[in-house]
Amino acid sequence: MPVADKVIFEYSQAGRGASDQWPHHPGAAALADLPAAQRRARPPQLPEVSELEAVRHFTRLSQLNFSIDTHFYPLGSCTMKYNPRACNQYAMLPQFLARHPLAPETQGQGFLACLYELQEMLKAVTGMEGVALSPMAGAQGEFAGVAMIRAYHRARGDGARNEIIVPEAAHGTNPATATMCGCVVREIPVDSHGDVELAALEAAVGPNTAGIMLTNPSTLGVFERHISEVARIVHEAGGLLYYDGANLNAILGKVRPGDMGFDVIHMNLHKTFSTPHGGGGPGAGAVGVAARLLPFLPIPLVGKEGERYRWLTEADVPQSIGRLSAFMGNAGVLLRAYIYMRLLGREGMQQVGEFATLNANYLLKRLQAAGFDAAYPQRRASHEFIITLKRQARELNVTAMDFAKRLLDYGFHAPTTYFPLLVPECLLIEPTETESREVLDAFVTALSRIQQEAEQEPGRVTSAPHTMPVRRLDDVRAARQLDLTWKPTAQS
Amino acid sequence: MAFIPHTEADVAAMLATIGAARIEDLFDEIPPRLRIRSLAGVPEALNEMEVGRLMSERAAADGTALSFLGAGAYEHHIPAAVWAITTRGEFYSAYTPYQAEASQGTLQLIYEFQTMMARLTAMDAANASMYDGASAMGEAALMAVRANRKSKAARILVPASVHPYYRRVAHALTCNQGLTFAELAYAPQEGTTSGAALAPFEGEDITALIIQQPNFFGRLEDVDTLTDWAHARGILVIAVVNPTALALLKPPGEWGARGADIAVGEGQPLGVPLSCGGPYFGFMTTRMEHVRQMPGRIVGRTLDTAGRPGFTLTLQAREQHIRRAKATSNICTNQGLLVTAATIYLSLMGPQGLERTAAAAHARTRELVAALTRVPGVRPAFTGAYFHEAVLQLDRPVAAVLRALASRGIHGGLDLAPYYPELGPALLVCATETKSPADIERYRASLSEALQAARAA
Repeated sequence: MPVADKVIFEYSQAGRGASDQWPHHPGAAALADLPAAQRRARPPQLPEVSELEAVRHFTRLSQLNFSIDTHFYPLGSCTMKYNPRACNQYAMLPQFLARHPLAPETQGQGFLACLYELQEMLKAVTGMEGVALSPMAGAQGEFAGVAMIRAYHRARGDGARNEIIVPEAAHGTNPATATMCGCVVREIPVDSHGDVELAALEAAVGPNTAGIMLTNPSTLGVFERHISEVARIVHEAGGLLYYDGANLNAILGKVRPGDMGFDVIHMNLHKTFSTPHGGGGPGAGAVGVAARLLPFLPIPLVGKEGERYRWLTEADVPQSIGRLSAFMGNAGVLLRAYIYMRLLGREGMQQVGEFATLNANYLLKRLQAAGFDAAYPQRRASHEFIITLKRQARELNVTAMDFAKRLLDYGFHAPTTYFPLLVPECLLIEPTETESREVLDAFVTALSRIQQEAEQEPGRVTSAPHTMPVRRLDDVRAARQLDLTWKPTAQS
Repeated sequence: MAFIPHTEADVAAMLATIGAARIEDLFDEIPPRLRIRSLAGVPEALNEMEVGRLMSERAAADGTALSFLGAGAYEHHIPAAVWAITTRGEFYSAYTPYQAEASQGTLQLIYEFQTMMARLTAMDAANASMYDGASAMGEAALMAVRANRKSKAARILVPASVHPYYRRVAHALTCNQGLTFAELAYAPQEGTTSGAALAPFEGEDITALIIQQPNFFGRLEDVDTLTDWAHARGILVIAVVNPTALALLKPPGEWGARGADIAVGEGQPLGVPLSCGGPYFGFMTTRMEHVRQMPGRIVGRTLDTAGRPGFTLTLQAREQHIRRAKATSNICTNQGLLVTAATIYLSLMGPQGLERTAAAAHARTRELVAALTRVPGVRPAFTGAYFHEAVLQLDRPVAAVLRALASRGIHGGLDLAPYYPELGPALLVCATETKSPADIERYRASLSEALQAARAA
């Protein structure tokens, strides 16, 4: 890996700048109407660098990253599959980029047609009755979903229902979302095979149950086999079922959340539909609903009347939970998801779940053969699976985090570590369908070598990584001696 | 085609390793009656050439117009280098930087971004971004409720001159937690929030006051007086600001005697294309005393085991993956790629470039207002200073006039009738540095023709 670069501010020289990018100054007289009391006294201390200095600096920074385009990135629950370049290129056509969100609908029919067709395709692959595209990430999709559940109960005069049930292995966003929607969280256990404990669920539901939030396949990397019983229990208690779509890639084209009995779902378009993760966004968290929640969908939606497309807003959806963004969510991300779905088509969509599952089960079997312990050895893997390194931690004093860091030296991004918390010393591994068998084999070889190192020279593993731009970072220092902005005087 | 590399031989060998006869067998834990056999409703695949043609045709059908729309999304020059670098695979296809050692590029960039936003707003700390300006304002309201422990009311004052969609989003995001927003009327002549609007709230339990600068009408609020009024009563101040404007206008950290407590805004003007409304990004900055109440990801600089500086996500004890139901927010994925674009944009602009951009945008808007108000039947709606956006009053309903302009290839601005019916036929217009004197003259001539035609009809 290349070595670290200094911060951009250290390149700064007073009076330098990428002046070809700047408009002509209109002169002080053009600003004379701005009252002196409202004016900024000192210019903001932004970098003063040449265009080449900026280009070189940020190109160098990019080279310090692992990414899908450069490395195998088997991060469980994140679906780091190839992001086709065509999706970016055709979402960035000049007319799409230039279109103002408040421009007339008559001059955005092409854009709106893409969004409308995306809504329809997402309905088809999830089995839901309606889809709204505006939520800007999975967590905002979750928020929309739980807010719709609350709105539904209120509209029926049953507003006391404020409890959201989540399995203990759920993503942290589930309980956090329930709280943001003013709900109380009740956690229920899963059994030793990774299925929800039905007796615990029976005991948890009641007149205050607003709903349950489930991921299926679960965060444990296995399909929830009792899903129909779960649906029956929750529905009979008057609650609704929320589907966290983080793991939708596992079942795409095989089984639909709508058919499993879910009333509301969110999809992570940046996972299943291959829009980029961008180093932490933008995502897109489209939501789908069963018929009884249609009136509550967030706005704007895209409607079609004859051959014309138009926004559906407050007047069209008066019971909507409202707007979650100023305009139309992450519209350009939605275009990328649309292009991806058109490239895959019906047949490709079915292959996604199949080959994601094939790769995960193959990798699991090979790692087991190499001596690693599966967390749920009696179960099929879904599109991901969990390896537990508790034996290595106990016997060799080498942890899952040590293995993860050492993998970086071997040129592989680490799997998800220490999630779900339920499984000690775990690696959650999701290879995705776009990786070849050779890459999976190389990953097995790397983990096997690290195992050997752990046995023979554990210090090499516990002090990893050795080849990255930095060694392990002091997170405690980062939190205690907060350094959140660069200051020229206090540099070490 | 699903970008799947497997040959038939691969599949056979892999199934043999697994001990399964067919891929189908890998789904044997799914109850058979739940299985679907087809995906009617999804069309047949297109190859990349065919998709390219489809998208190009749709883009061409949408065309481009000469646009004078603003209202929270602004057309600015974007240097070519910004998106050439932003779409490098190493930024584009990386995940959230959880594995810090393999993500130093993204982490350092966010640290540089945090520094730029803190300096631009004259605050102490920034987060790694929110979804957009509107949701950032909603999150700021929730943050203010956590930060202002003296207030029990969870009641926020919000001027009617704040962007209407921002107010709706803030309500939608916070209503289930019991926050309420009390609206402050604007003075009808000035289009700004006056002391008279505040008087009814004297002595009440108020958690925070939101101030948008410039406000939705482009007018400049008296931020110093409003801030001091709030602080004298134990009310926190949430600034909603346009980042381009901050090159010229007093930053939130310097409002009044003590400065605003939280600053948020829409980052789109900083190198992000309009793109039909997104993806954009929200920014949020605050004072050090409130940093632990801030939602979202935060990057800190620290040392590695060899004593060298490096960057990592910090203060994670606030976040959902640690705190679960007690997290400050459920936000995790934010708008990293847009932050990448903005950081490169601000580096290329620097203090001089941003100031010139703001000044040129303001100058063009003044020229636009001067030109359009020479047209009979058009006058300014408000008196007083504005920045790069202004409200005009027409002598007839705006919608039909805008349609006539659109047929001439001009997007003439935003009809305010659906949002502010009390203003009568009012039109919000904006010009930035991207507009030339010829563009402005074309708009003036077209508006003049459209109004004459309407009068004659």
